Amino acid sequence: MLIKIAWRNVWRNGLRSGVVIASIATGIWAGLFVISVSSGLNEQRTKDALDSYLSHVQIHTPKFVEDNNVEYRIENLDEVINALDNNSNVKAYAERVVLSGMVSSSAGGFGTRITGIDPEHEKNVSTMHEKVVDGAYFEGIKRNPIFIGKKLADKLKVELRKKVVLTFQKDNGDLVTGAFRVVGIYKTANSKADEMNIFVQASDINRLLDGSAGFHEVAVITKDLTMVDTTAGSLRAALPNLSVRSWKQVSPDLGYADEMMMQMLYIIIMIILLALSFGIVNTMLMAVLERKRELGMLMSVGMNKTKVFFMIVVETVFISLVGGPIGVLLGFLTVSYFGSAGIDLSVVGKGLEEFGISTMIYPNLQPKFYIDVTIMVIVAAIISSIYPARKALQLKPAEAVRAI
Amino acid sequence: MSAVIRTNNLQKYYNPGEPLEVRALDGVTLEIERGEFTAIVGPSGSGKTTLLNIIGGLDHQTGGTAHIGDTEITALNDNQLIDFRLHNIGFVFQAYNLIPVLTAKENVEFIMLLQKRPKAERDARTEELLTEVGLADKMNNRPMEMSGGQQQRVAVARALASKPQFVLADEPTANLDSQSTADLLDIMAELNQKEHVTFLFSTHDQRVIDRARRVVTLEDGKIISDVRK
Repeated sequence: MLIKIAWRNVWRNGLRSGVVIASIATGIWAGLFVISVSSGLNEQRTKDALDSYLSHVQIHTPKFVEDNNVEYRIENLDEVINALDNNSNVKAYAERVVLSGMVSSSAGGFGTRITGIDPEHEKNVSTMHEKVVDGAYFEGIKRNPIFIGKKLADKLKVELRKKVVLTFQKDNGDLVTGAFRVVGIYKTANSKADEMNIFVQASDINRLLDGSAGFHEVAVITKDLTMVDTTAGSLRAALPNLSVRSWKQVSPDLGYADEMMMQMLYIIIMIILLALSFGIVNTMLMAVLERKRELGMLMSVGMNKTKVFFMIVVETVFISLVGGPIGVLLGFLTVSYFGSAGIDLSVVGKGLEEFGISTMIYPNLQPKFYIDVTIMVIVAAIISSIYPARKALQLKPAEAVRAI
Repeated sequence: MSAVIRTNNLQKYYNPGEPLEVRALDGVTLEIERGEFTAIVGPSGSGKTTLLNIIGGLDHQTGGTAHIGDTEITALNDNQLIDFRLHNIGFVFQAYNLIPVLTAKENVEFIMLLQKRPKAERDARTEELLTEVGLADKMNNRPMEMSGGQQQRVAVARALASKPQFVLADEPTANLDSQSTADLLDIMAELNQKEHVTFLFSTHDQRVIDRARRVVTLEDGKIISDVRK
């Protein structure tokens, strides 16, 4: 009967309850949408980074990780390849020569990360070949082709087929320079990375390094992102003398952003719920004060304090339970729609590129989040009901039954 | 006859010992026997409501004692009082105070639910009481769909639902027209006669005073007359 009374009381002042329910639904919907956009943004940023240069797992010598020196090549590459071939989680891999150096043109010189690749192998671990905006991906120029980012090309004021000079150190510390011709210009969502990374053929760079044939890095792609940690673990066991790191270990900022984002999302929802709680407290307080006589009667005839408290709490939870699922449903529908249709943020594209974010955002939210939000709404409602319920308990029955 | 209500030198002082001390009850000694139909009368501020509140376990006295049956109600704490009221006292309020979201039947049944009575007993008693107050056809109506007189009759049925030792009615006819007042008094008198339900009213209403078989008059917190008809 108490539950029946509480439920009917919700609809006693339909307009007032409706406003609160609408505000709860809108708040949760807006919160979920904002969170899904943030989550989608972050996922997009991570995916772009993994696809373009980071890969899922990277293998180096431990010394190379400490000090990116040219001499720290992977010596037992066959052993690495054997371990990768025998690992069922590994989808693809590619070897890379990685150097720090300088790229210069008549417009000036800039520090850069030179990655020597086998262009065909690299296609298996990155999508750089799909990011070409001018020229081609290592086609058309046979000797010393170089594939550079749009932003760097603009800074160097070079166009297709123009020459740039790379300068880097040999094993013995001597500087070596080589002329390269621009074969293609790429553009990813991360303009900072475009500015820093240039790609050349590993064979060309090794020739300049007095014919060394080694590689510094093996980039690995797993069959699924969820397999990254287990794959890294099994490779680590198989290759005890090498450094095997997941993308989160290679680029802690990305991994950290991923974890931070989840915490931020919960904080955002909590702030929204806190704001909604004030509305709920206000409404329930009005409901209690308006019903003084009724509550006074209930206490007079022998309804104990626990039951009075329970009735107010249940009433508040009902209001939230109506508003909460509507908000969650609206959030789910909105996220599902924009998750496939995407949101075009090209208006602010330049700013996003600085942060390595693509201009097309696909909002995304894990199912667990909807459940957590629903639970948080109920908890917030229960907490919100405590003050009005306590106010109800403080009523003196003899006075309350005569209240106007 | 045995006394249902006994008060002995009951006192209720506000601001005791201070210059603005108010003696709402100043040594009230009273016995109400089972089956009495008693009106407590007196001008505003005479102490009628305070007396009913203390007898009803809704307020605490400053001095003296009050017994309901064998229980000294003035010695019970708040939690004990809640339980005592539920099983021993029926209340009828001036403004009916029904639960607006419940039907007449549910309003009557609610008290028995609080008493944890079985469903079959609840259903039978609810029907019996609403029939006795002449509202068998209004069982499924909500208070908003009934007149003031009908609502007050539901309140009487609700007060009797818990099978109390007595019913306290605080100005029960104050909001009713003449016909509704007459009907309500008829019903209460009949219940008093047939089922020996003890009624104790506080009232200003001459029509109630005329129907009461005992009239206790209060003034300045003291009984100044106690007339049995």
